[in-house]
Amino acid sequence: MATDTDIPMLEMRGITKRFPGVLANDAVDLTVRSGEVHTLLGENGAGKSTLMKILFGLYQPDEGEIRLNGEAIEVESPSFAISHGIGMIHQHFMLVPTLTVAENVALGTRSTRWPLTDLPVVSRRVEEISEKFGLAIDPSIEVWKLAVGERQRVEIIKALYRDARLLVLDEPTAVLTPQEVEEFFGILNEMRSSGHGLIFISHKLREVVAISDEITVLRNGRVTGHTTPAESDRQQLATMMVGREVSLAPDRPEIEPGDSRLVIRNLVVESDRGTTAVDGLDLDVRAGEIVGIAGVSGNGQRELAEVIAGLRDARAGSSVQVNGVEVVGQGARLSRDAGLAYVPEERMRDGAIGDFTVSENLVLVDHGSEEFSRRGLLRFGMIRSHSQELVDRFNVKTPGLDTTTSSLSGGNIQKLILARELASGPTVLLAAQPTRGVDIGAAEYIHAQIIEQRGAGAAALVVSEDLDELLAIADRIAVMFEGRIIGIVEIEDATRETLGLMMAGIHEGSPA
Amino acid sequence: MSDFFTATVLFSTLAAGIRLSTPFLFAGLGEMIGQKSGVLNLGVEGVMLLSAFFAYWTALSTGSLWLAVLVGMLVGLLMGVVYGLITVVFHAEQGISGIGIFLFGLGFSDLMFQENVGTPKFTSKLPSVDIPLLSDIPHVGVAFFQHSAMTYTAFVMVPLVMILLRRTTFGTNIRAVGENPESADSLGVSVARMRFSAIVIGNTLAGVAGTALVLELGIFQPNLTAGRGFIAIALVYFGAWRAPGVMAGALLYGLVEATVITWKALGIIPRSLSDISAMAPAVITIGALVILARRVKPPAALTQPFSRH
Ligand SMILES: Nc1ncnc2c1ncn2[C@@H]1O[C@H](COP(=O)(O)OP(=O)(O)OP(=O)(O)O)[C@@H](O)[C@H]1O
Ligand SMILES: [Mg+2]
Repeated sequence: MATDTDIPMLEMRGITKRFPGVLANDAVDLTVRSGEVHTLLGENGAGKSTLMKILFGLYQPDEGEIRLNGEAIEVESPSFAISHGIGMIHQHFMLVPTLTVAENVALGTRSTRWPLTDLPVVSRRVEEISEKFGLAIDPSIEVWKLAVGERQRVEIIKALYRDARLLVLDEPTAVLTPQEVEEFFGILNEMRSSGHGLIFISHKLREVVAISDEITVLRNGRVTGHTTPAESDRQQLATMMVGREVSLAPDRPEIEPGDSRLVIRNLVVESDRGTTAVDGLDLDVRAGEIVGIAGVSGNGQRELAEVIAGLRDARAGSSVQVNGVEVVGQGARLSRDAGLAYVPEERMRDGAIGDFTVSENLVLVDHGSEEFSRRGLLRFGMIRSHSQELVDRFNVKTPGLDTTTSSLSGGNIQKLILARELASGPTVLLAAQPTRGVDIGAAEYIHAQIIEQRGAGAAALVVSEDLDELLAIADRIAVMFEGRIIGIVEIEDATRETLGLMMAGIHEGSPA
Repeated sequence: MSDFFTATVLFSTLAAGIRLSTPFLFAGLGEMIGQKSGVLNLGVEGVMLLSAFFAYWTALSTGSLWLAVLVGMLVGLLMGVVYGLITVVFHAEQGISGIGIFLFGLGFSDLMFQENVGTPKFTSKLPSVDIPLLSDIPHVGVAFFQHSAMTYTAFVMVPLVMILLRRTTFGTNIRAVGENPESADSLGVSVARMRFSAIVIGNTLAGVAGTALVLELGIFQPNLTAGRGFIAIALVYFGAWRAPGVMAGALLYGLVEATVITWKALGIIPRSLSDISAMAPAVITIGALVILARRVKPPAALTQPFSRH
């Protein structure tokens, strides 16, 4: 006789989902028990989000069965999922920025004072939940005023407020700083011990090993394996996921750096809010070296990158030279003409146009050049062959060149942007969070590409919040704190611990 | 000019301004509710014309103003259902659909008028309802407390719409689907139902606006509204998607219009300029719109259809 504990909280059996040209899920099975963190691991486009959207009623499966606590259900809509105790935290935030935290939380729920809202009642429950799970937040504040980590908490509160027992977390940590991840894992542990079932998705293997009880690996829409952190280490997980040996530490040949190609002097930049974001920064990046910029987000990294790329003005007296050309306040075209390639942090906002096709995005910067246009008319043949070559070379997974870019998975959009930027053979490469949300195989590839540019004599500046990434590829790591570089560490001397301390503003090493 | 600056003339101009702003206020509030839900309705003018005609025709043939108001509202509601089907259910492009509604309203009200009425005849007008005691205050009484029930209702609508949008679950849902429909959808709020309701409410108010206009004049003629529906849309931007802002815009427009009328009557504006001066309210309001335009963003999902995969 089966007891309650034998019946898993969730069983998904034989789930299949087809999109035009793509088999996103192919007979996928997934079993989740209460009180467990079950990780879905897989490359970009493996079908993780699709499976979770089916569970949450956002997509309908073409085949397959879902059982919740032993009972077969048909999740026809998100409201059905919510009323059955399923909550989902999406890869992209699902908040209404102009509404307050309490309004966002209460959205779609029954009000005790209907037809009026009952925000005081909601706020009180939000505070209770906050207290229980350690999610500090002010319910009356408008969401657009919150930092990213706080928005994440609102998402969790939203789910808990609806009494979610089974919670899907689709790449919740992609945008969090290391400290925020620590806090976030504290919250997950609370939920786990109170018997919630948690489905966790992340590309960061360190996190997966730290938090998971069970791991299911997906590749090309199929389940390719099951494991636990006890059975598999990071290296083995990476291999299961990609289906071949992946090197987590790329080869970095010794190179003697050449002359400075990117020279920054006395840079002072204002943030959007008018505060000083970059406060007198000096930095040199030489040919044949990769300099990493580490730091907790919001310490001026974004503004620094935008000034170099020509997308933001700096205070008078600031100087940024790309190959000897002054680029401050001259616009993006000049920075590019001076030899800069830029891989932006907000890929969908600054890097690619979602409604354009893959091919259009690949020639977005160069479409005016001799090669791709003559007398103002685009040369489609040339554009197509060039695009096809880049798609093949950079291994961008897309049904075709005419697919709209926004329907690609996050990692593939990133590869597309990188392909375009590196195709021009830049002498200075600026990359911000180049592997955020990107799977381990693609990250390996992107890292190899950056290192190859270094080998070809480019100067590379890589801004990243992922210390593992910087430790793997950089020659030197500069730590930004409150708009300044508080120290530069040679890679031989860099450890997670020293960098972590510097990121918190504690500086012990000697300035380079 | 000195004729204008007498208390009697000033206050009666004020009274006229408030009266003239009534249709703008109804139509503007209606359009605002629709836009808050993410739907742009360019068909306000057409809906106003249809409601105006049918209200007028009802008043003419039955003699009942109440029935006329009811018919005007129902026509607006019906047009709301039509526009909701077109844009929410069939996901048609909002800009084009709205223009279609406008052209239909313009043509059909004209046709119905020619077929069924032909030569303009007067109906009874909306009676003015004097508020006891207050209406007896010299000057002030004339300006504020001797209006039709329609005008009072229009101004009472302002706080009501504020409460609706800010303090009710319905209003919160409307704002959510106008800003981030995916988010609302993921919480089980039906984007289609919310937008449909907002459109029906908005068009009903547009219908009331047309009704108020025609019953204030007591007579219909083809293209009676003469662009008022489009001005109402501009007032939503002017008012930065807030009810008091829309009210301020409607009042500004009404007061400028009333001033021009008074100045013409007093001969301050020469006859030769009377055509040009008719443009003054539009020019001044749009000028103010450009100058005062605060950097307020429209609802983020305005004009964007929503569908799930
Ligand atoms: N709405 C859609 N229309 C068409 N194709 C889609 C749609 N959503 C997903 N796909 C395709 O389905 C496949 C699986 O996508 P999914 O988003 O589930 O991947 P993922 O594993 O979540 O990847 P990532 O790690 O990049 O988030 C991809 O090839 C993607 O392009
Ligand atoms: Mg995904």
